[in-house]
Amino acid sequence: MREIIITELTQALQELTRGFAHYLPRLVVMLIIAFIGWLIAYLLKVLVRSVLRLTKFSKLSENTGATHLLNQAALPSSTELLSRFVFWVAWVGFILLGVSVLGIVGLQEYTSRFFLFLPRLFAALVILFFGLVAASFFSRAALLAAVNANLRSPRLMSISIRIFVSIFALSMVFEVLGVAERTMMIAFGTVFGAVMLGLAIAFGIGGKDLAREFLEEKLAKGKKQQKQDELSPL
Amino acid sequence: MPEETLLTDDFLRQLINVGEVDILVGLPTYNNAATIEPVLRAIQAGILKCFPRERAVIINADGGSQDGTPQLVTGVSIDDMWSASKVYALRTLHAITTQYARGPEPGVALRTILAAADLLQAKACVVISPDSTTIEADWLQRLARPIYNDNFDFVCPTYRRQKFAGVLMRNLLYPMTRAIYGYGVREPYATEFAVSSRLATDFLSKENWNEELGRSGAGIFLTVTAITGKYRMCQSFLGTKPPQDRSATDLVEAMRTTVGALFSSLDSNFGLWSTLAGCQPLPTIGPQSEVTLEPVTVDRARLKEMFSTGIAELEPVFRSILTPSTLSELQRIATLELNAFNYPADVWAKTVFEFAASYHKAVISRDHIIQALVPLYRGRALTFLLENENGSGDDIERSVESLCGEFERLKPYLLEVWADRK
Repeated sequence: MREIIITELTQALQELTRGFAHYLPRLVVMLIIAFIGWLIAYLLKVLVRSVLRLTKFSKLSENTGATHLLNQAALPSSTELLSRFVFWVAWVGFILLGVSVLGIVGLQEYTSRFFLFLPRLFAALVILFFGLVAASFFSRAALLAAVNANLRSPRLMSISIRIFVSIFALSMVFEVLGVAERTMMIAFGTVFGAVMLGLAIAFGIGGKDLAREFLEEKLAKGKKQQKQDELSPL
Repeated sequence: MPEETLLTDDFLRQLINVGEVDILVGLPTYNNAATIEPVLRAIQAGILKCFPRERAVIINADGGSQDGTPQLVTGVSIDDMWSASKVYALRTLHAITTQYARGPEPGVALRTILAAADLLQAKACVVISPDSTTIEADWLQRLARPIYNDNFDFVCPTYRRQKFAGVLMRNLLYPMTRAIYGYGVREPYATEFAVSSRLATDFLSKENWNEELGRSGAGIFLTVTAITGKYRMCQSFLGTKPPQDRSATDLVEAMRTTVGALFSSLDSNFGLWSTLAGCQPLPTIGPQSEVTLEPVTVDRARLKEMFSTGIAELEPVFRSILTPSTLSELQRIATLELNAFNYPADVWAKTVFEFAASYHKAVISRDHIIQALVPLYRGRALTFLLENENGSGDDIERSVESLCGEFERLKPYLLEVWADRK
């Protein structure tokens, strides 16, 4: 009995040692890959940060309103955020590459999925960035047009346009990422429909007299009056 | 001949039939049937009276009028003029009309007229606005003679204006052009002017015709080309500037075509204007300007409200364009009561220069920068109105001169903000 236990224990220990001896080089390789990956990711981060600073990306981000959003969310600057994002994507990529060396069944599938997901993630980020740029541009254009035409509540109009374009861009981002695609589409359609219906009801039924007066004043008398108020510029 | 593609075959054929000319009169039109006839009569009378021996042609570049303007141009017979004036031209006076392809764009119309002048080797090309209902026969002589006889290259007009007409011209375009380019051109965006064949050819060779501003802001670019190209320039007093229909004026569009074009010209000419100081006098035939004192009805409270609303609502936009000190000064002005309202000349000059620097750097969309200047211009227009409400013509002139002085004094500030924005 005692001998059997000793034999079994010895065998288990030998198998553990064999297994460890089998995995140790792979583990070392994985750690080396992770370390080299960290170095490369760090260099990439520094490079991206320098390029973004050289191209004054923060100014662009400020103009598009992205900086304002980040400040409100207590996040670092757009330059820092983007360079950190590049660092983590690169390093996680290397770590997964290293883990795949271990030959753990099933993990390789996740690794390849991660790499397949990267282009979509990049596309989603590009869409998000240009979506924010478009939202900022159109909201500012609406604000300026409304102020110069002396319309009421120009900021409300501007903010509404910014929100609408941002929601549109976000729904596109989720669609590209494949995250809650149907839910996002339904949510977007519902919100858009609700806003339009609400406006139609508010303007058409609730405030039809006000709407008529407003339109008459703005499109006919008001516009002419306002232009009469301008001193001849040229 | 790079402009051949701009001219239609039919138009080219008509030009070839005309042959070389001495004087070409250009009429850029778009739905001007209501005013074109008297303008055309005055031009014909001018040619008969002042240039009876010269070969002359009237070129109408039309932007697709729907009211029969081109037909009116070709239909106005010079025979009536002969019998009325008892003066006969010794040459045939041609009138040609062409519709340029791109729709009503002042820049394309001007380019068409200059291309025709270049092709016909006209010694002088005079452009007359079809809205100039106050035109007299002498206008043609006053514009063409300095080029034809005295070898000038560019003749700009000066006018007799109502004291509150041309507020943008008096408060921004004239003072800024003078401070930047060192020449006191009273009407840098002229609707009537004359150019020599040399300047016309040079201007046609510029590369910015295909850009939006090249098409819409050609008037300013022509003046800037004449100044920067060291062409011989002079001014000629024409007479009364016809009153503008204020209800038909689109202020934002007017700012785009004038202020936008002026700001844009600063980019390519930095090397020249950054080293210039002071102002050289421009030879002027007749008075520099004259002012009439007819009253004008303007709702001052509304102007003030539009300025104050603009300052409040556009604060995030102004933060990208203006320095904090200028913005806080504007916010202070916006709180003033109407009777104490004052947008001082130095603050206005600083504002304009900061806008110009931001436009150069394109801190936001350039078109948005120009649009953001509109409420501030309204504030300055109100100050101009309040300051000169009971003023005489001389008072107005002193006020404009004082503003020009501020723009010239603060030119180093423009260079400073220009460099800061780099």
